[in-house]
Amino acid sequence: MHLQIDNVCKRFGRGRQSKLVLEGINFSMQTGEFVALVGSSGCGKSTMMRLVAGLELPSSGVIRVDGVAVQAPGSERGMVFQKYSLYPWLTAAQNIAFGMQLQGRSKQEVRERTAFFLEVVGLTDVAKRLPRELSGGMQQRIAIARALATEPQILLLDEPFGALDLQIRESMQEFLHELWERTGLTALLITHDLEEALLLAQRIHVMAPRPGRIVRSLEAKFNRSNLRQLRLSQPFLALRQELADELRQLDSGPNSPC
Amino acid sequence: MNDRAWLCHPWLLGLVGLLLVLASWSGLTAIGLVDPLFLPSPAAVVAAGQSQIEQGLLWRDLAASGGRVLAGFGLSALVALPLGIAMGSNLVICRLLEPLIGLIRYMPAPAFIPLLIIYFGLGELPKILLIFIGTLFFNTLMVMDSVKFVPSELIETALTLGGRRSQLLVRVIAPCIAPQVIDAFRINMAAAWNLVIVAELVAATEGLGKRISLAQRFLRTDEIFLGLLVIGCVGLLIDLSFRQVMRRTCSWAN
Repeated sequence: MHLQIDNVCKRFGRGRQSKLVLEGINFSMQTGEFVALVGSSGCGKSTMMRLVAGLELPSSGVIRVDGVAVQAPGSERGMVFQKYSLYPWLTAAQNIAFGMQLQGRSKQEVRERTAFFLEVVGLTDVAKRLPRELSGGMQQRIAIARALATEPQILLLDEPFGALDLQIRESMQEFLHELWERTGLTALLITHDLEEALLLAQRIHVMAPRPGRIVRSLEAKFNRSNLRQLRLSQPFLALRQELADELRQLDSGPNSPC
Repeated sequence: MNDRAWLCHPWLLGLVGLLLVLASWSGLTAIGLVDPLFLPSPAAVVAAGQSQIEQGLLWRDLAASGGRVLAGFGLSALVALPLGIAMGSNLVICRLLEPLIGLIRYMPAPAFIPLLIIYFGLGELPKILLIFIGTLFFNTLMVMDSVKFVPSELIETALTLGGRRSQLLVRVIAPCIAPQVIDAFRINMAAAWNLVIVAELVAATEGLGKRISLAQRFLRTDEIFLGLLVIGCVGLLIDLSFRQVMRRTCSWAN
């Protein structure tokens, strides 16, 4: 899989009222990579994600997956939304099965894969519960399992843990990291949380607002065998501080209306 | 607070209220304070009921009124469901029809009775059509609203999971709006039940409304009271059965 973002711009509205949300976005990623887009709210990173998902089309520029331009949503680009998007009338297991059923897989395959992915996210015990009976963290794990079950080539994560408590967020980050190491998935993560991006992603694109653009791209090469230690390690904290300062400067820059 | 827990039983206080009214009604008629012509005793109303049951009138009236409501409201639901879904999911259809429906909705359905009688005479059709007209627009707008409030994440999730647009209606929209639609039908059923009585008061040979207007002609207030009570009880029963359907099919929404 090769995802190629080529000079993508996005403008909302027409004429004088229109607003440039994304300007000249370029980056690419390969199978097995974990990439993060970081920026403060309003920098257009969620719009970028919707473009990759095919839920919106770019005003100019092209997004290609293996050379084919993205025109519409599809299961090769699985998405996990920030707000819990589980179907409230379906049980946890039925939610995981939902995407596979839409794809028209056989009943037996759906049953087997549902059981397998319940196991992968460690929620076999609550298979028959409704979403409202699950904690926020459990709900997001089901949402991730549901996306993975349809065999996406890339997983799009739009602030997946943004609505969770701090402690649960940390354990979910560890869960996602483990999942990535175990399954070799390809993931594009959107977050405003620098620590989250540095912990999970090998490559990070820092975005600035008005209009949304990438101002810095960096490799985050850390030893990730122990995320808890990594969070507190000196080089990690130093890089996090450096990026935080940079983001703060961008937010209070001369272009800022605030 | 704990010794007042019995107050919290869902039906208990409602039952007390009912018994209070019944007791004062009995008391008032027993001491002969009010002319029985204006306020018949509960016993007289029960007797009127017994006599109507013996003559087979009550069942015939119930069947006549119930059949009209079922036909008129069923027709209205059958049209409102696809129309409301189309308006809720398609902006063009919505903008085309919403002002029109908004206008007709404010025309009181009973005001259509003279027109319906001129068009269709005094048979069953005008009564069924009255219920149809009186509930169609409310049903349609409420279905439309329920579709508009389907969270966009649920639609977009289905699309990113590989769902086609044609799958959305059955797999996402229908189950999502089911509780609101059942609730809308429950609320509008009350209007249908009102309208059938109005139609029968104007012109009918049988039905609960007709029985009341006949009773008025012969000053049979006991039969009027009976009619009112039966109408109220049937309405309550319909309401409760809608709630039961809701509880059975949409337990996730409670």
